[in-house]
Parts: sequence; C-alpha cells; structure tokens
Amino acid sequence: MKSIPEIQQEIVEEFEMFDDWMQRYEYMIELGKSLPLIDEKYKTDEYIIKGCQSKVWVHADLNEDKIEFTADSDAIITKGIIAILIRSFSGQPPQEILDADTSFIDKIGLKEHLSPTRANGLVSMIKQIKLYAVAYKAKAENS
Amino acid sequence: MASVDTSLHFDVEKIRADFPILKRKVNDKPLVYFDNAATSQTPQQVIDVIVDYYSRYNANIHRGVHALSQEATDAYEQARIKIQKHFNIPNAYQTLFTSGTTHGINMVASGFASILEAGDEVIVSALEHHSNIVPWQMLCEKTGAQLKVIPMLENGTLDMQAFDRLLSEKTKLVFVNHVSNALGTVNPIEELISKTHNVGGAVLVDGAQAAPHIKADLQALDVDFYVVSAHKMCGPTGVGMLYGKEEWLTKLPPYQGGGEMIDQVTFEKTTYAGLPHKFEAGTPNICGGIAFGAALDYMNAIGFDQIAEYEHELLEYATSRLKAIDGLRIYGDIPNKTAVISFNIKGVHPYDMGTILDKLGIAVRTGHHCAQPIMDFYKIPGTVRASFAFYNTKDEIDTLIAGVERARNMLV
Ligand SMILES: Cc1ncc(COP(=O)(O)O)c(C=O)c1O
Repeated sequence: MKSIPEIQQEIVEEFEMFDDWMQRYEYMIELGKSLPLIDEKYKTDEYIIKGCQSKVWVHADLNEDKIEFTADSDAIITKGIIAILIRSFSGQPPQEILDADTSFIDKIGLKEHLSPTRANGLVSMIKQIKLYAVAYKAKAENS
Repeated sequence: MASVDTSLHFDVEKIRADFPILKRKVNDKPLVYFDNAATSQTPQQVIDVIVDYYSRYNANIHRGVHALSQEATDAYEQARIKIQKHFNIPNAYQTLFTSGTTHGINMVASGFASILEAGDEVIVSALEHHSNIVPWQMLCEKTGAQLKVIPMLENGTLDMQAFDRLLSEKTKLVFVNHVSNALGTVNPIEELISKTHNVGGAVLVDGAQAAPHIKADLQALDVDFYVVSAHKMCGPTGVGMLYGKEEWLTKLPPYQGGGEMIDQVTFEKTTYAGLPHKFEAGTPNICGGIAFGAALDYMNAIGFDQIAEYEHELLEYATSRLKAIDGLRIYGDIPNKTAVISFNIKGVHPYDMGTILDKLGIAVRTGHHCAQPIMDFYKIPGTVRASFAFYNTKDEIDTLIAGVERARNMLV
C-alpha cells in the first residue's frame, strides 16, 4: 500500500501535466464526477460540514485498522477537491492521517481553495477528516 | 462587441478613469467588477478626501478647542448636512451617523424594546437581508411581540394582498427594504408606508440597496426610519446613516452609553444630550463620515437620473444576453428593479460558476446573499448575482456572457 506522501506526490505529478488553470479545473471536475458516492443515508445534516457555500457530507468507516472515507457535495468543483482529499487519505491508518500535511494542495495550483476565509469549507473538510482519525485512534486504543 | 455608450450626458470612459481599482488585473485578466451590490468601488475624488483628512486635519471632534479639532468637526458636520440635503431630511440633527445599515437597524430595534409589548405585532418582508430580520427577531423575543412575514411571489415581488391581511391595529412596526439585495426588486414602499400609517404603525425602510441607484426624498416618502451604508454608494466601509422622524428619535432611548451622548454625568444620574448626539456615543468614524459626504458629491455631480438611466440600459442589455443562454433562469425578472441580476444555470451550482468566473477576472457574488428565506422560497442553495454600477460597460457584460458560457461548458 502506498503511503499518504506517496499518493500526494502522485497527484502533484498528475497536475503538473497541465499548462493552465482551465485544464486543471477540468481535470478536477472529472475527478469530482468519478468520486465514489457516499451512501444516501449519510447525506443528512449530521454528516454535513458547516461553513460551506456548497454542501459537503463526509462519512468515515473503520475497516480493519484503516479509515475509509466517503463524501459528496452539491458543487462539482468542491467535489473534485474532496475526491483529491479522499484519494490521499482513504484507506490509511488513523495515525498516518493525523501526521499528514496538506501542502500538496498548494503544489497543484489550488492554493486559493485552502484559504481559511474561503467559503468552500476545504479547511473544515480537512479538519473533519482529522477528527475522524482522532476518534478512530482513540477507539482503537480503548478496545 | 457592443459599443461604448456615448450619450451626451454620460461618458462612461471618463467616469471609469476616476476609479483606480478598475485598472487592476485579477488572475492576469482585466478586472470585471460586478459585485457592486455588496460594495461599490471608490473614485479618486473620495480617496483624496480620505488621504487629505489623515494628512492634514485628523483630530477628535466636538471636544477640542484647537484648530485641527475644529476643522475636523466642521468637515464632519458639513458632511452631515450634505447627507441631509441629499435625502431631503428636515434637519441635520435627524441625520444620524452610524457604522452602516446593520448598525442603524439595531439602533431602532433596540430602542423599540422599551416601546413594544406582548400582543403587539411587527411585520417583516420575505425579501429582507438577514440584517433586517435578526434584530427584529431578537426584539420580539425580548418583548413578546409577534413577528409576521409578508410572503413573496414567484416573480420576486411582495404579495401585497397578503400584506393587507396582516395589517391591523396591533401592527406597531413594519420593516422592509426599498430594494432587495438578492433580486433587485424595487418594493412599493410608498404603499407600504401609507397603509401602515393608516393603522397607526411605523415603518423602517432599509435603503442599503436603493441608495446607490435611487435618490430618495425621505420627507415625501413620509417614512419613519431610513437606513443606508456609504460603502454601497462610492463611500468607505464602516459608515452609514440613520434617518428618523423627530418624534421617534426623541422618544427612543439611546442605543449606547458613553462620551459625546451626555448632557450631565454624575453618579446619581446622567442626562442625555440632544439629537443627534444622544445616538452618537463615542468617537465616530470621522474620516468615513467626511468621505461619505464626498461620495454623495461625486454621485450627484454625475446625477442620479443619468446613473439610473445608464444602469437600466446595462440591465436590459445583460438581461437579454443572459436569457439567450441555454438553461439559464433569472430570479425576479421584472421591469421595476435595479441593476441586479440573480441567476442560475440548470445543473450548475452557483459556487462552481462563481469560482470559474473569478478565474476569468469576473467578480460576482454567489450564495444566499444573506437572504436565506428567498433561496428557500425558490428551493435553491443560492444564486449567481451580477450587480452593475454606473462605471460598468456593455463590453464588460460581453465578458461576463462569454465567461458564463465557458463555465457552463466546463460544468454541465
Ligand atoms: C438590503 C441590505 N440590508 C442591509 C445590508 C447590510 O449592510 P451593512 O453590512 O453595510 O451594514 C445590506 C448589505 O449587504 C443590504 O444589501
């Protein structure tokens, strides 16, 4: 299994193939469309991430000792960003997720989406992913 | 490409030269600024006034005997008179400086906390900005008064028949915007005011979105309160105006305690200063007030009739071009509106559209525009809102149209 930094490097290399923002966004929209859909039953307010102009739902399951994330959004660009995050974090152990950084988002030319004041909730999304990791780590340690 | 308007009275290229920000590039593209309903841009003439204030006569007002304080006080009070004249307010002391529309509304709402009683009713419209909803909800919680809502119709106007049914002798206050920020609808405030007065109620009109386009004569309107923000009419942020009828301003208690608003202070009892100082505690936004006056001078020199006529031309042009785009819907597409177009394209989230347009250097607003009830009415998460000012051009609208089409091709 590839580590988080390895996957992120792979994503950075994919994005390096594009010369301009249009192509990067088109690719992101493609990724958004191919995002494995979250189970409808998790598309409720309980799983919604607040502070987004677009709605974002994130759900996590522990599979053996790895966390599997599923997510969705009503906006396609937001979905593309989620797809990138999920590809980077899903199927990884909680500790690896907690240790991971997200500076690769910057490297793929999506820096503006990382601003904490941007209303897309990417920052809250990352926070939510990390919170799931904290919760599952605590659960694993207590059981 | 559409040609630039060259009518005798209105030289848009000359006007554009007054706005340094319009020369900016965003994402390597020339800025197309269509978020004027959120905040308008500032002409050099107003920027100069701000620089001059801090360079030459920055001082606290109404207190010093020294020259700078006197100059600052004079300039601030002159600005008040400019605002008074602009809105045809009877007296300067009824022209209160605020930090903006939100502040003005809160001042009135908090004053009414000592006037309203359980069983009283207040009426809000479904087209309001959250600023003109939340303070009244808080007031109702405090006083036990009941909040009633004038519903909206599918075309983005108010259901005036429903309003007639809501009105009764229990109605103490009606608060409604002159122009809706989310849709641009011009509301029939004359009718709302006279009908409310007939049952003995008072009316607050939120003029934030009207003031940049319509020169309101507040005496002719006979409105009880009117509030605006300078930053939507070529002035700086953090300053605005609250007008109130004298009887109301006398009756309402002060909003904040502090310096400036007192007559005598002892630990036993403080007596309040007269108007306007009773409502102007603390050091105000002095420079902002002066610059607000300068902004009105600037707009009046161009002329509000000319502005309205030109903006209407932009609105009609943009409306007809947008409507030609497949799957595009305009919300509130009615004749009587200001130069605001709220739209969506079928299958496209407004956030996605706004993101792509930003990449193209086009600034629009996306989301619920602080008017969630309108979005709930249409069952949409939000809209894309392009709002025009008198310094925009048809060429810029062409850029928007090309941008919307490009975004649509990417997103659908
Ligand atoms: C209709 C309306 N009311 C109130 C406000 C709030 O104005 P401010 O933020 O300047 O207080 C706005 C601004 O967006 C508005 O459009």
